[in-house]
Amino acid sequence: MPKDGGIGASTKRREDIRFLTGNGNYTDDINLRGQAYVHFLRSDVAHGRLNKVDTSAAEAMPGVLRIFTGKDFEGVGGLPCGWQVTDRFGEVMQEPGHPVLAQGKVRHVGDPIAAVVAETYAQARDAAEAIELDIEELPAVVDMKKALEEGAPLVHDELKNNLCYDWGFVEENKGAVDEAFAKAAHVTTLELINNRLVANPMEPRVAVGDFNRSTGDSTLYTTSQNPHVIRLLMGAFVLGIPEHKLRVVAPDVGGGFGSKIFHYAEEAFCTFAAKALNRPVKWTCSRSEAFMTDAHGRDHVTKIELALDAENNFTAIRTDTYANMGAYLSTFAPSVPTWLHGTLMAGNYRTPLIYVNVKAVFTNTVPVDAYRGAGRPEATYQLERVIDKAARELGVDPIGLRRQNFITQFPYATPVAVEYDTGDYHATMDKLEEIADFSGFEARRKASAAKGKLRGLGINCYIEACGIAPSNLVGQLGARAGLYESATVRVNATGGLVVMTGSHSHGQGHETSFAQVVAEMIGIDANMVEIVHGDTANTPMGMGTYGSRSIAVGGSAMVRATEKIINKAKKIAAHLMEASEADIELKDGKFSVAGTDKSVAWGDVTLAAYVPHNYPLADIEPGLEETAFYDPSNFTYPSGAYACEVEVDPDTGKVTIERFAAADDFGNIINPMIVSGQVHGGIGQGIGQALLESCVYDENGQLQTGSYMDYAMPRADDVPFYQVDHSCQTPCTHNPLGVKGCGEAGAIGSPPAVVNAVIDALQRSGRNITHIDMPLSPSRVWQAM
Amino acid sequence: MPEVKMTVNGKPASGQIEGRTLLVEFLRETLGLTGTHVGCDTSQCGACVVHVDGKAVKSCTMFAAEAEGAEIKTIEGMAEPDGTLHPIQQAFQDHHGLQCGFCTPGMVMSAAALLAENPTPTEAEVRDYLEGNLCRCTGYHNIVKAILAASGQDVSRIAAE
Repeated sequence: MPKDGGIGASTKRREDIRFLTGNGNYTDDINLRGQAYVHFLRSDVAHGRLNKVDTSAAEAMPGVLRIFTGKDFEGVGGLPCGWQVTDRFGEVMQEPGHPVLAQGKVRHVGDPIAAVVAETYAQARDAAEAIELDIEELPAVVDMKKALEEGAPLVHDELKNNLCYDWGFVEENKGAVDEAFAKAAHVTTLELINNRLVANPMEPRVAVGDFNRSTGDSTLYTTSQNPHVIRLLMGAFVLGIPEHKLRVVAPDVGGGFGSKIFHYAEEAFCTFAAKALNRPVKWTCSRSEAFMTDAHGRDHVTKIELALDAENNFTAIRTDTYANMGAYLSTFAPSVPTWLHGTLMAGNYRTPLIYVNVKAVFTNTVPVDAYRGAGRPEATYQLERVIDKAARELGVDPIGLRRQNFITQFPYATPVAVEYDTGDYHATMDKLEEIADFSGFEARRKASAAKGKLRGLGINCYIEACGIAPSNLVGQLGARAGLYESATVRVNATGGLVVMTGSHSHGQGHETSFAQVVAEMIGIDANMVEIVHGDTANTPMGMGTYGSRSIAVGGSAMVRATEKIINKAKKIAAHLMEASEADIELKDGKFSVAGTDKSVAWGDVTLAAYVPHNYPLADIEPGLEETAFYDPSNFTYPSGAYACEVEVDPDTGKVTIERFAAADDFGNIINPMIVSGQVHGGIGQGIGQALLESCVYDENGQLQTGSYMDYAMPRADDVPFYQVDHSCQTPCTHNPLGVKGCGEAGAIGSPPAVVNAVIDALQRSGRNITHIDMPLSPSRVWQAM
Repeated sequence: MPEVKMTVNGKPASGQIEGRTLLVEFLRETLGLTGTHVGCDTSQCGACVVHVDGKAVKSCTMFAAEAEGAEIKTIEGMAEPDGTLHPIQQAFQDHHGLQCGFCTPGMVMSAAALLAENPTPTEAEVRDYLEGNLCRCTGYHNIVKAILAASGQDVSRIAAE
């Protein structure tokens, strides 16, 4: 096997060729014969009662086929939520309905009221303007704390208040945590906001529904990270279509970052309308529409307290968070501030007592759900900010304070219900000190000062829980689904393989890296392995790609299926060579009998499996195709240490990222080039959150950042080259590849590094500024100074 | 509906269009050249960049009718007919300058326009030129690196892995 194609090789990506030549097949590139187009008329108020939706004039407009309103969906299910959180009093969360089209009320700007289906998109849009609406505007709730006040307007009239749940974790520890704070030698407190973000994959969402009259089957083409999940949710809970009559295809998908996990109303609508109209129905989201319909991310308001003893050991952590759910519960929303956030509050540190309180709140804003990192960036940000603040208050080195409290023995059971299998936090910190060139900082700071700029250095650590997730564990925590992954490996007669995976690639390069694993296991050229994903019709039921789970869970399923293939192939090889199966060895694509010069090639065995003329039919079936489902026994725990150097312009408050370094431990690595790319992208998004991005609503619930004119996306000149390293590798102990996952690390590890660096720059210049909320825009920094 | 005629990737192209048809819509819907993408509706993202008479243009900001008689080049016209990638395309693959691929056509077309204007740009000049092209996957690191490499400059000292 060529050395550039196996595990550990930076193999160039095969999928690049089609993307680079304009031959990708994204959902918006799919056009079906007879296709009609839908435009959604959306609420322009945050909260209102729908007194009248009169479509009669619009229906007479040219090209209009039919206009649907909430009435058409009265007999249809609503969009389901996939996770049920139980609160600190043992009660299940309040779970309001989420209709496909608004019924009775609109609850956020962008809530769909009517859907106009017409011959062309322009005609649909024109007709939507002729729909007559009478909306009685109601007072909106936007601020979470105000939403919980007595007498606040109710987002959902049928709920008792706007509180989704009040969650305590670990509730039994609360008393002991309070006691530890009472006894602490030092307590550091920090109040902060984790700013609301919009995921903004460059490809806006698209859905094309199709109905086949001859078979009665429905097909949905959609921009999804998990087509099987969409098929299950939409088929079983919304439209009542059995899975064998429903196919969901997610072809090339232009980025997701979490926002394409969830089941959205437009998907259900297009599938429903295609059958109702007996024509394919297509929806292409505009970017402005995406800002008011894609699930948003983050939006936590937190108070964190850290207790230390007289020797600066962490003794307890207590946090109090308000988490915005928006107007409806998106698919995984309740799990993000709880099980993806509270369980990470130990970070990299031995803190014996931790208590996390989260109040999840309904507001008249777009639903909030997982965005790259999902809960883990929120945990990391507050923890790494409060540790930095504590170091400053105590007058100790922030790196030393962290090192002193590092977890060093593994496995390590945290007080927040998870067990880290491996890690070496000193090693990643050592590596960081080297690649970030800490020793040269002082000289660089002086050079900045000579230019009139304030230079600062910020560092932080992170831990995350990836490889989501052990089904029995998440079931106990309220998940309504299993979180295993699947793979079918089909070997063709002439020796090529097709791997059909339940994972989905939307930028991660699975078609290359997954093939590297199988090629290595068999010892053949990676080009003999084809990876198929994204179509429920030809892949086994899988849960898709998010939570840095693809290689750790999907890759493990693929390894298990490939092991089954190899075991069967060895039996065939033993028969062909008249040897004992126990003596068969597979190396470099060749089966040989140990201790002899007898061998058969991979292709001879695969041919025998399908042309069984000389074949042990009494012992094994013909054919060579195996499926495996893999359910992990634990999460994986990537970790690392990040450093950021900034320059602050004291005249304008503008922050410039001068250097950024990341030392990660992802366990074993399949393709280092792809891993680096994942870290780069995460850092770019993290810098975006720290310096630029913020989704803003005014007090009436009007979205102020509704396009790229107002929402500041990071651009090429906002970021530097990044120094990334993943040579510290403590392999995961419980999956066959020893991998941990790398997709979210950059977004989790970078915001605190940036903010710590800016605070450091300001402190070094003698300004006693301890915190500025993200994004650290010039105006905020300048005002703080 | 009026007819519009232009040359696209060296071949004559024409179609009946509404007056409000954008150039990107004409390319994607009428000609089926779906390599040019639409990522926003405010001319910010640059996924739709094509060359009009040799200049990089966001094809969402121009009516198809305005391209009457123009020479248009899209991402589909960049590689050689035998499939050999353009040096910029090749550099993007060599340096992992793309992930999901959605912004990529616009990035490649912008990079080609930059290198036509400025054959050996500095890092800062590359970053400045890409102001109008958004990427959400790469953090821009490998895009900038790929463009510097495509210009023939040594990128071996830029952190890779």
